[in-house]
Amino acid sequence: MTVQNDGIRAGTADKSLNSEGESAVSVSKLSKVYAGGHAALTDIDLDIRKGEIFALLGPNGAGKTTLISIICGIVNPTSGRITACGDDVVRDYRKTRARIGLVPQELTTDAFETVWNTVSFSRGLFGKKPSPAIIERILRDLSLWDRKDSKIITLSGGMKRRVLIAKALSHEPEILFLDEPTAGVDVELRRGMWDMVRKLQKTGVTIILTTHYIEEAEEMADRIGVINGGRIVLVEDKTALMKKLGKKELRLNLHTTMPAIPAELSGHALALEDDGNTLVFTFDTTAERTGTTRLLADLDRLEIRFSDLDTRQSSLEDIFVSVVGQSS
Amino acid sequence: MNFRMNMHGLRAIYLFEMARTWRTLFQSVVSPVVTTTLYFIVFGAAIGSRITEINGVTFAAFIIPGLIMLSVLTESVSNASFGIHLPRFTGTIYELLSAPVSSFEVVLGYVGAAATKSIVLGFIILATARIFVDYNIAHPMAMVCILVVTAVTFSLFGFIIGIWADNFEKLQFVPMLVITPLTFLGGSFYSIDMLPTFWRTLTLFNPVVYLISAFRWSFYGTADVPVGISIAMIVLFLAICIGIVWWIFRTGYRLKN
Ligand SMILES: Nc1ncnc2c1ncn2[C@@H]1O[C@H](COP(=O)(O)OP(=O)(O)O)[C@@H](O)[C@H]1O
Ligand SMILES: [Mg+2]
Repeated sequence: MTVQNDGIRAGTADKSLNSEGESAVSVSKLSKVYAGGHAALTDIDLDIRKGEIFALLGPNGAGKTTLISIICGIVNPTSGRITACGDDVVRDYRKTRARIGLVPQELTTDAFETVWNTVSFSRGLFGKKPSPAIIERILRDLSLWDRKDSKIITLSGGMKRRVLIAKALSHEPEILFLDEPTAGVDVELRRGMWDMVRKLQKTGVTIILTTHYIEEAEEMADRIGVINGGRIVLVEDKTALMKKLGKKELRLNLHTTMPAIPAELSGHALALEDDGNTLVFTFDTTAERTGTTRLLADLDRLEIRFSDLDTRQSSLEDIFVSVVGQSS
Repeated sequence: MNFRMNMHGLRAIYLFEMARTWRTLFQSVVSPVVTTTLYFIVFGAAIGSRITEINGVTFAAFIIPGLIMLSVLTESVSNASFGIHLPRFTGTIYELLSAPVSSFEVVLGYVGAAATKSIVLGFIILATARIFVDYNIAHPMAMVCILVVTAVTFSLFGFIIGIWADNFEKLQFVPMLVITPLTFLGGSFYSIDMLPTFWRTLTLFNPVVYLISAFRWSFYGTADVPVGISIAMIVLFLAICIGIVWWIFRTGYRLKN
């Protein structure tokens, strides 16, 4: 299933990265078979550049959490090797772990601890001497300062997530992992999270986030790695990837229900949805001519009216279909 | 590999565990003291007055070492097992596993904190006993050493239980159904010499017998089992527990997938 054509080639193509910049994390030939015999990761090769925001994009069960957990030392690899800033994460774990911060997917916190104590604890655990000034700055940056003496159990979900981020940042890591930071988070908080991640990047932190929202990867990442079924399917610069794979849908809410697509429109890539109330046109944003103008002209000529229109980015599934299609 | 300890990390774990005690101060300290007081009233004052001296020591004084051991063993096991089980249960263990701390530092932090609590508790009970009985400690240094080694050994044992147990029932099962009976039958309230031969032989398979015997020797200079054997047994239990903990971290048993 590995993609073999041109630029979108996982692993081997990445080796050239080192010439462009040092890698923050380098994964080679990593595989993981869980005790039950399930192969969660197969032959993963991946290089994360220093200072970038890298999005690991894949559906549930793709192996994103497993990959992050292995890099951070929570899960044992079956085979393969990982380095962080050049040091082996197993042999030199003290060095590498001190550089890494992890925000887990689940909201796992010490419910009865106060925000201040739990963040200070993390700093100590990661080997840094106490620094109330740094903890204060982190809590202020994450808008947690006025809740510093609250027990975590009294906080909302969004605040708990920020406490976990504060814990992960408490020892001033160079590399930050965010495992599905916005899953189940409402739109406003999601924007806040994105802003925070961008600010962090400006301070020089390398950020690796996992997500199953393509919009999030598109919004945030400098580069995107797509993972599916435990394999890295492709690694690409975001802009290049979006160009290559960007299909869009134009959705028209019809004024009157259409029982079938008229023969006059058979030349367009159309589909009917919502019992004939929505006409869906799929087009390629990278094509020289998207065909939208011609379609709208034809609709006008046939006096097909619509009350509203909307465009939508192709879904992750579409990208998979597209990638897998290209590889075969 | 460099062998510098992560002292900040160790300190963080230790203080975090100790802080848990302050939050549950009543449960951790007051309740064992109340229980001990009850034992003294019932066994020492009420029943003890009808029992002749054992090896030249009044019954009330005779039971002090056993009572201390009873609390130290149960509290060591339950504190240490709960301490490491809780992060596994809530999931916060991810942080410990991803931190630049060695397994040695993790054990030192958790077991050290659990043992500290037990030792402090032992002294509190000793002080409480003073209200009811007069006693002398023949070998104070040995008494402190045995107390410390016992607290450490059973905190290690509790740590193992906390990792082995996959639910809270199993966690409570061991202190309640293993430690308490073994301590009661281990000569807390009697000299095993008072037992018929068959039961006496059987009792020698109970590891707690050796602890209580050695501990009582440090108080009154007399023992059920020769002190040398007792100390050898205590060291053996300690070594076994260290061995199991070492194996747990080497294999990642129940800690890492
Ligand atoms: N502890 C485990 N034991 C066995 N299988 C697991 C375990 N954790 C995850 N898996 C399996 O490994 C695969 C990848 O899981 P995960 O890394 O959590 O995916 P993602 O984070 O991309 O949703 C899934 O099929 C999941 O069921
Ligand atoms: Mg996941």
